Amino acid sequence: MSVYNEKVLEHFQNPRNVGTMENADGVGEVGNINCGDIMRIYIKVDGDERITDIKFQTFGCGAAVATSSMVTELAIGKTVDEALIMNNKDVAESLGGLPPIKMHCSNLAADALHAAVKNYREKRALHQR
Amino acid sequence: MRRIYLDHAATTPVNPEVIAAMLPYFHNNFGNPSSVHGFGREARKAVDEAREKVAKAIGADVREIVFTSGGTEADNLAIQGIVLAKQDKGKHIVTSAIEHHAVIDTCGFLGTQGFEVTYLPVDEYGLVTPADVLAAIRPDTILITIMHANNEMGTVQPIAEIGKIARAHGITFHTDAVQSIGSIPVDVNELNVDLLSLSAHKFYGPKGIGVLYIRKGTKIKPVTHGGGQERKYRPGTENHASIVGLGKAIELATTNLVEKQSKIRMLRHRLIAGLLAIPEVKLNGHPEQRLSGNVNVSIRYVEGESLILSLDMKGVAVSSGSACTSGSLDPSHVLLAMGLSHEEAHGSLRLTLGHDNTEEEVDYVLSVLPEIIERLRKMSPLYSQRYSIPVRT
Ligand SMILES: Cc1ncc(COP(=O)(O)O)c(C=O)c1O
Repeated sequence: MSVYNEKVLEHFQNPRNVGTMENADGVGEVGNINCGDIMRIYIKVDGDERITDIKFQTFGCGAAVATSSMVTELAIGKTVDEALIMNNKDVAESLGGLPPIKMHCSNLAADALHAAVKNYREKRALHQR
Repeated sequence: MRRIYLDHAATTPVNPEVIAAMLPYFHNNFGNPSSVHGFGREARKAVDEAREKVAKAIGADVREIVFTSGGTEADNLAIQGIVLAKQDKGKHIVTSAIEHHAVIDTCGFLGTQGFEVTYLPVDEYGLVTPADVLAAIRPDTILITIMHANNEMGTVQPIAEIGKIARAHGITFHTDAVQSIGSIPVDVNELNVDLLSLSAHKFYGPKGIGVLYIRKGTKIKPVTHGGGQERKYRPGTENHASIVGLGKAIELATTNLVEKQSKIRMLRHRLIAGLLAIPEVKLNGHPEQRLSGNVNVSIRYVEGESLILSLDMKGVAVSSGSACTSGSLDPSHVLLAMGLSHEEAHGSLRLTLGHDNTEEEVDYVLSVLPEIIERLRKMSPLYSQRYSIPVRT
């Protein structure tokens, strides 16, 4: 097992924004059960394309939970374009780093956020048609 | 914070009696057992006495005991040593899909060096079928290596029966008994083995010391070369303090074994009953035919490392077969070989009891675990999905 820093453990113990969302504007899911990590992110987006609310659900290890929690904190208040710039490495850095092995397998939270934004855009495109 | 240790299959604390037996050999009786003078003779005597204790504990002769640096080295010496000695007779090895990495990775390595390895499957309880062993034997089979008791599931294999088959075919038979010593009786003659590995830190002895039992007449070659220690099978100045510790530990571990284990078994019943009372928790492995201290469950919708971390925060030490704890991207090969799904393997929890655990400790674990599981399940997309149709947008 990996050794996590205090900040990662703190996010693991008190994850921010856990839950589901009714009528989410975008939902994104990444990972699969074979590798042991599944992350789902729900976003609410206002008229200025700003993320006003965000929730996550995660099945996975300590790093998976902590990065999910961290990405929700980073994303809230940002525009969807800004959210798309953020990557998995940024999320890990905001947590003060992850054990090397976790950088590959359980560091997918930004990807889940991107998937939620993509889903939001697809839905909006459908509406406007 | 209180601390409860339920990971005795990983390692055990050194028994204070063992520490006391070892202490004189660091400073006062520090001699090199190979030296001719009094310091050396003292050390030699200590090594000889320890060897006698090991031989007595497993029903062997003192000349059949080789001290190694632990279970891993004993397994490597057994497998590679036989292969070196017998490679002109054949290139085929039979093992099982649930061996410890010390065996399975050694066989895997030999697989890249021109040897052929058959990995026998196991049933849902993790048991190898002797008939499968028989069917796997070929004219060029030179070694069969099947573990005595499994480290994750505690499943005890029919070693005596497999040993009989191996002997009837003139094939060398090795068993990794690292997990079974101190838990169940181990006798090299009853088990029909030619080689047997053991490691002191699993039975309240020190880490970094083990034994390979080599039956008299077994054709084997050393894999390291140097001085004449351990009859040249394992050269290098003996770690005599640890050897003394191993000797003391095996003596203590094999005395009153049955009574001591029945206490642990009672605790196991209590623990299993409590765990199975939690919704959607399933016992892995055989309900009875397992080491007395071993409990292995799968907790649906949650991942093992998260469980370990959460329990650790409550002072409880356990382990899991999830990928995150195996140091690779795949969950435990043992659990997958037993037919568990990836989800079940990722959500597995191993709790292994020892002599010092109490009923009260078991009850404490059972009192904190449901909240932890509930918290993690609430966080899990698999859990919220189980009744409703997956969110589709
Ligand atoms: C079944 C089995 N074999 C081998 C080993 C390796 O023993 P050691 O840690 O002494 O190298 C272990 C312990 O991790 C084990 O459980």
